[in-house]
Amino acid sequence: MAPVEFRDVSYEIAGRPILLNLSLSVEAGETLVLLGRSGSGKTTALKMINGMLFPTRGEVLVDGRATTEWDPIKLRRRIGYVIQEVGLFPHFTVGDNVGLVPKLEGWTATDIDSRVNLLLEKVGMPPAEFRSRYPRQLSGGQRQRVGVARALAADPPVLLFDEPFGALDPVMRLELQQQFLALRQDFQKTSIFVTHDVREALMLGTSIALLGGGRLDVMAPPREFRLARTDEARAFLACLDN
Amino acid sequence: MRSDLWGEILQLSAEHLLLVLITMVLAIAIGLPLGIYLTRQPAARPWMLGFANILQTIPSLALLGFLIPIPFIGGIGKRTAIVALVLYALLPILRNTFVGIMGVEAAVCESAVAMGMTDGQLLRQVQIPLAAPTIMAGIRVATVTTIGTATIAALIGGGGLGVFIFRGVSSLDTVQILAGAVPAALIALAADGGLGWVERKLSPA
Repeated sequence: MAPVEFRDVSYEIAGRPILLNLSLSVEAGETLVLLGRSGSGKTTALKMINGMLFPTRGEVLVDGRATTEWDPIKLRRRIGYVIQEVGLFPHFTVGDNVGLVPKLEGWTATDIDSRVNLLLEKVGMPPAEFRSRYPRQLSGGQRQRVGVARALAADPPVLLFDEPFGALDPVMRLELQQQFLALRQDFQKTSIFVTHDVREALMLGTSIALLGGGRLDVMAPPREFRLARTDEARAFLACLDN
Repeated sequence: MRSDLWGEILQLSAEHLLLVLITMVLAIAIGLPLGIYLTRQPAARPWMLGFANILQTIPSLALLGFLIPIPFIGGIGKRTAIVALVLYALLPILRNTFVGIMGVEAAVCESAVAMGMTDGQLLRQVQIPLAAPTIMAGIRVATVTTIGTATIAALIGGGGLGVFIFRGVSSLDTVQILAGAVPAALIALAADGGLGWVERKLSPA
């Protein structure tokens, strides 16, 4: 059973369609990149997976169950979420930020402790140095590393990324993209990754879904995506030539 | 005579402080939950904030006049004075609670919800701690204003430092006016300083 599946999903706000008849499924361990311009509906689609939004028509299934039938709290605690603005709690230390969901889930202090240390290590933030710092004492790239560690904290089977590296400088972005690939090796999570950057899509995706005007335009693995010939796909692939 | 005046200053200052204290406890007990409620109920915002705004514009003498004939809360004495003072103190607390919570960075609230926090957890662990300095600023403004406004309690037999002021005004006795005004000003300054210190303690360093 696919961990995440969209079945004929449409979404509209005040009669204005944002998504139209989107159907796709994400296989376990896969990284599906939702690629599209601003306003193409990709973030909307992402937010339907963890029940931040619900379809106007159709349904989104997580582990075979419609999101409308999940207890939203339970659903969200098993889905990691990373956004561009990071959204770390400014009044929590790095360690407390990462340990948040395990704490909500009632883990013991020792378990939280070792999990936090392991994850900070994995994202390249030595716990001895960073654990008791506050988010404001970190650079943008360091904050996003903590954001990724936080999303992985309670070992969720599914991770959502909403343009997580969009606000970083190119060097930092590449470092974090490489880290993403390394973490995928280690943790084998199912990920859905939103971006408007076709390079990032080709680098990170095992499958790319191109959205245009709320519709699914092309869905293909990176190698085939490079050969796609729709207008929207050509427009994105043209970005690679310069 | 001299020592009589000092004794009375002490006694009326204590009475004044008690009036302010009771008023603030009640105003916080009403304003804080109401402010939180407004962050959850967009439909209630315009009329409730509007109502609190209008209350604030009613001249204090008129408000006392309105309250006196009302059964249970009205009449002559401390109770009516406290009701009037609470109504005035409500707006800054209500508004700052609302503004403080709504001002918490959207990305922070979004990730809290996305990580599976319940609304209560979001409120207690994220929104209230981050809004605390703003809420405290509202409480400070309300307290300082109440210390000044509480002098009108004397007009309807509510006691406090206003007793000196009204006595001094009616007998053209400057010493009496100062005996009421100076302690009230000192209490206000002390409250402003003390609560300002708490406010800074609550701000993330």
